[in-house]
Amino acid sequence: MDVSQYLDIFLDESKEHLQNLNTSVLNLEQDAENPETIGEIFRAAHTLKGMAGTMGFKRMQTLTHDMENVFSEVRDGNLKINAGMIDVLFHCLDALEEYVSVIQETSDEGDNDNEPIIKELNDILASKGSAEEAKEEVAPEVSDAGKQAESGSYWSGRELTEEETKAMEDAMLANKKIYAVTVFVEENCLLKAARAFLVFKAIEETAEIIAADPSTQDIEDEKFELQFSLIISAESELEPILDAIKGVSEIADAKGGVFDGEAGSAASAEPVTEAAPEVQKEEVKNDVPVPVTAPAKVEAPKKAEEKKAPAKAAQDKKNGKPAVGRSVRVDIEKLDSLMNLVSELIIAKNSLVSSATNAGENSGALHDQIEYLESVTTNLHESVMKVRMVPIESVVSKFPRMIRDISKQLNKPMELFMSGEETELDRTVVDEIGDPLMHMLRNSADHGLEMPDVRIARGKPESGSIFLDAYQDGNNVVIEVRDDGNGIDVNRVREKAVERGIMTEEQANAAEDSDIINLLFLPSFSTAKQVSDLSGRGVGLDVVKSKIEALSGEVDVKTRLGEGTTFTIRLPLTLAIIQALMVVVGGEKYAIALSGITTIENIEPKDVKTVQSKEVINLRGNVIPLVRLDEVLDIQSTRDPDSSMVVVIAKKGDKLAGLVVDELIGQQEIVIKSLGKYINKCKFISGATILGDGEIALIIDTNALI
Amino acid sequence: MANELSTNVNTNELAQYIVINIGEEQYGIDIKYIDNIVRLPQITRVPKVPVHFLGVINLRGEVIPVMSLRKKMDLGADTPTKDTRIIIIKMAQYEAIGMMVDSVKEVVNLSSDQIESTGSDKRDEAAYVRGIGKHDGGLISLLDLELILQEIQ
Repeated sequence: MDVSQYLDIFLDESKEHLQNLNTSVLNLEQDAENPETIGEIFRAAHTLKGMAGTMGFKRMQTLTHDMENVFSEVRDGNLKINAGMIDVLFHCLDALEEYVSVIQETSDEGDNDNEPIIKELNDILASKGSAEEAKEEVAPEVSDAGKQAESGSYWSGRELTEEETKAMEDAMLANKKIYAVTVFVEENCLLKAARAFLVFKAIEETAEIIAADPSTQDIEDEKFELQFSLIISAESELEPILDAIKGVSEIADAKGGVFDGEAGSAASAEPVTEAAPEVQKEEVKNDVPVPVTAPAKVEAPKKAEEKKAPAKAAQDKKNGKPAVGRSVRVDIEKLDSLMNLVSELIIAKNSLVSSATNAGENSGALHDQIEYLESVTTNLHESVMKVRMVPIESVVSKFPRMIRDISKQLNKPMELFMSGEETELDRTVVDEIGDPLMHMLRNSADHGLEMPDVRIARGKPESGSIFLDAYQDGNNVVIEVRDDGNGIDVNRVREKAVERGIMTEEQANAAEDSDIINLLFLPSFSTAKQVSDLSGRGVGLDVVKSKIEALSGEVDVKTRLGEGTTFTIRLPLTLAIIQALMVVVGGEKYAIALSGITTIENIEPKDVKTVQSKEVINLRGNVIPLVRLDEVLDIQSTRDPDSSMVVVIAKKGDKLAGLVVDELIGQQEIVIKSLGKYINKCKFISGATILGDGEIALIIDTNALI
Repeated sequence: MANELSTNVNTNELAQYIVINIGEEQYGIDIKYIDNIVRLPQITRVPKVPVHFLGVINLRGEVIPVMSLRKKMDLGADTPTKDTRIIIIKMAQYEAIGMMVDSVKEVVNLSSDQIESTGSDKRDEAAYVRGIGKHDGGLISLLDLELILQEIQ
């Protein structure tokens, strides 16, 4: 069977399960006895195995199977978790990740059998002494359930709708035979909906489906247990159709007979309800241990046909399977194109606004409609943005494992504390932020934290702490990587800068500490005394900085020698559409992102003071440097130099700067467009936007001016 | 039969060029790289960029940079007139760019035997010319777009 169309889903879900496994095994290391964690691991391993099997990845299936066996023993209390076992499990997970990434690249699992790991897993199993038979699947039993149904009719008994009755009558008139068929899916079948679809296809080659229970929609949505019933019409005999159905893999059995209309539905009620409890019992003993009172369940379906559905729902819950979320997987490219369309819409809306303004006052209704349109487009934009937002959890959840490995490798006890994993960011940003964060955490773990003896001598706890905190701050998301380690030795960085010829000694001594620390972000500037496997090769912080700047973000360091270092990453919530303040400088229009602006002030020219030959203003006790945008932008201001100045106060972290502009136009929603490779050399212009009248305005990046 | 005949003639490859004017000179641009030719739109200046970049224009919602062929070839500043055009160039591996020219004259077909490649001793403005085409008694300098785009990247 061709399963390639499910490959994407398989890859996505495998990664999810592997991540869950990693997290769970890590939890297990802390709390070896937790039955919930063990159960969770077992389920994830079981699902993974089934999926790999379905997709035909035998090696991956074998490895997961052996892992599952180990957990099965642990769950049954025949094995105790120990440190060695955790290591083997992590190796095993790494190997599985390897399979998944090979599959992603080549659509094939490769030929690494990972025998050493399988051997280790088997050794663990053997170590429990009287080796019981590893748990085997009991899938064939499902067909027993099938036999139960044999005696009666094969239709579930749901009353036919008018349309269905009519379709049946039409078929009968056309001299076709009407059959009822019940299809049984194997108990460990994973892509049930896909199987059902194949069953439908097989049937439709020679016959027509008149009715289905559950409805075809529910079947396609996988809202059924291990069986579903169909009424079909065909000219041919039933046998070949049944054979065709059984030909679909993971279909345990298909039974059927001639459907005899209304009477049949009543007659069928009894046998099928008998079959149902059979399936349920079977599941109960096979799957997760669930405290179920079997008799109650048997009674439930017997009562009446209508009760059957709720009973099934209850069964779903008791099985502890997560309820199917109401979510859809969407290709990110489709979202990108949706976002582009929204951008275009906003540009079109802006141009409508500007034409309406030119049209004059006597068009009240038009203005009302345009205001309505504005609110709709703004909401639309927000909704599309929200759709694109994913929690950063997907990237940060791998870090505890990484820190654990580093801790073992360096023999340095340390712990990672994370908060704000649920903070959401644009999907494209989340995809890119993983590497920089990893660099920073490694940096903290390797250079930041001291060895335990040093820590004890300094009166710190032996085990080092690294914190990863994420939170939303206005239009930005802030991610902080903090450690309680040694901090950065600013004087060593100074020496190094002079040594490397980046600064003269005088420059270095005159420079402020913060400027010196920023040197760390220069390419190939590493102060680590030893080059280790982890970091210290001079790649790292410069890569971090360029990556984050490519995402229109910024990164900042604060450090105190002996106390620790904090890296702060600040990222915009969205990359494409922002609220901006439109200003005029020298007759040209410019946009300034509203998120970077604190206030707008009117300043008299006489209040401008000069400190160290730089212009500053004193604003409510703060001395703020003044940036004359006309000079920065190489243009002549059109403002009368003696009149009061409009100063936009911009903020970057805790630093402020006053940008002098000629005139304010107002606030506007703008769509950011790239300037392209040829002319992006100007670092304080972050892009361009198209205004309502078709004119282009450049966007000023205040961060580059502060 | 007729087809065979024409393919035989075609060993002498025909290519179409747009002939543009800069000052008194005629230049040719291979038509396959031309995406569009537009009248002079409003150009937004971009600060701190090399002098041959005039700024950016809005081409149906796209922001496209515009360069001056005159300035790139040291032929002086542009003086926009009603004939001034922006030629939008799209070449594989390069982003779209607009080139300002004094005017666009015509489209010509040149076969390879009508083109004479330029020697190695290139003068300033000839540095970006990869061949001279002869057409109707006039000479057309064929621009080496790839070289220009490479340099300004």
